Amino acid sequence: MSKIPLQFRHNGHDVAIFVDGGTNLLVALRELIGDMTPKFGCGQGGCGTCSVLVDGELHLSCLTLAETVAGRSIETLDGMKQGPNLHPLQRAFADNFAAQCGYCTPGMLMAAKALLDRNPRPSRDEVIEAISGNICRCTGYEPIINAILAAAGGRASA
Amino acid sequence: MTRHRGRGMASINYPIGMNLGGDPSQALVHSNPSGKFTVALSSIDLGQGMKSVTRQICAETLGVPVEDVYVDTADSDTGPHCMGSFASRGTHRVGNAVMAAAREARGVMMEAAAEELEVNAADLETDGRGNIHVKGAPHRSISTKDVAIAAQFKQGKTISGRGIFLVPLSEVNPETGEMSPATCYAHACLVAEVDVDDETGEVAMIRMDSAYELGRALNPRLVEQQLVGGAWMGVSHALYETTEPAYPEPVHGPRDFVEYLMPGPGDICPHDIAVLERPAPDGPFGAKGPGEMCANPVLPAVANAIFNAVGVRIDDLPITPEKVLRAIKAQGGARPQARR
Repeated sequence: MSKIPLQFRHNGHDVAIFVDGGTNLLVALRELIGDMTPKFGCGQGGCGTCSVLVDGELHLSCLTLAETVAGRSIETLDGMKQGPNLHPLQRAFADNFAAQCGYCTPGMLMAAKALLDRNPRPSRDEVIEAISGNICRCTGYEPIINAILAAAGGRASA
Repeated sequence: MTRHRGRGMASINYPIGMNLGGDPSQALVHSNPSGKFTVALSSIDLGQGMKSVTRQICAETLGVPVEDVYVDTADSDTGPHCMGSFASRGTHRVGNAVMAAAREARGVMMEAAAEELEVNAADLETDGRGNIHVKGAPHRSISTKDVAIAAQFKQGKTISGRGIFLVPLSEVNPETGEMSPATCYAHACLVAEVDVDDETGEVAMIRMDSAYELGRALNPRLVEQQLVGGAWMGVSHALYETTEPAYPEPVHGPRDFVEYLMPGPGDICPHDIAVLERPAPDGPFGAKGPGEMCANPVLPAVANAIFNAVGVRIDDLPITPEKVLRAIKAQGGARPQARR
């Protein structure tokens, strides 16, 4: 099978790769670009840990054909912090003990960012809905919900 | 359709660690020439916080800042032997081993410092900020870094310590079956409130109130995160998680995260937690351990709350809507019990 040339923006940088037909975005990001922040969980859209933003919209990278993101802008957890400074959501996750084993955290942070980018002051129910496609086995969700609400509150007052 | 509110409670005693082979854990502590310390363990930190807690225990015992201690749990091939991370044993068993290792390493560090300061080691104390000085004469001081350098390059000493924690194996009395499988127990009591829908059989968590007694909480925020997350897992075991239906063949059971149910962020309820600290005599700094026991009281409390709500006693977990409906049907309808 011949390779397909593919160009898109990855965390603000233009990237160009060659993918096999049928390659999903998760594999393209992890194996061809070397961005290991989107995690492989279930590979079938059931757990949310592979979540990335495509033009600001939340997508499951394991179910997204790499070819479909040509010319579009991809954001992953790797692009979230600015230099040495954590993103307010990352800071809030740390402060609220919202991670234990950490495997769901990249997807949770992307789902939270997608929410706050379009709705800077969400209600608790809106936060719950935003992360309901993401499975966490350790925290019981409460610390994650609290972290997202704290980041939203902090952002508004800053 | 009627939703019935019910309340149930449960109390548990939870043995810390296990009896098998005396349940030993080893730890090794050594200083690097930079004056920082490395703790080598073979138990892994799955996110519960064992790395943080053993780091605190080591730093406190050595008398150095917590930033100066690094915990390496990476490799059970090269690390000292440990039974593992389970049975709520990490803080208690591994913590005790780390404490013993750090105590031995501290002895060597103080001897090396004494040689540099030309005093008796018994006259020295640590300030917890990376310095060792003569008691009552803080100006006669040396940094742990300088002690480490002197030990490494001048005195030819390793500032290191070995630690093991082993509870003698408790044999079963063949006459009575008696044994003492654990040296300390943690305790908990939890009250669960649920709504049971007598038409769908669904159980919704309304709130939980709990009290946990787990020795001294060495890191209160980590204890809290264990209790919050563990209670969620208890709810999950009580109401959701099952590999059934596995009939007529196992292939019909759930195979993935879409079919294997767990409570999502919308299914959780408020949980008010009280932590009671009664230091355990044989625990590191009095700690027991909040591990598996975080989940345990939830299951019987939820089962009792369902009985209180609709009068059916279900002793087969998880308590799925199907089981609730069948039980309500078998007794001819919901029979709410008295609320106390």
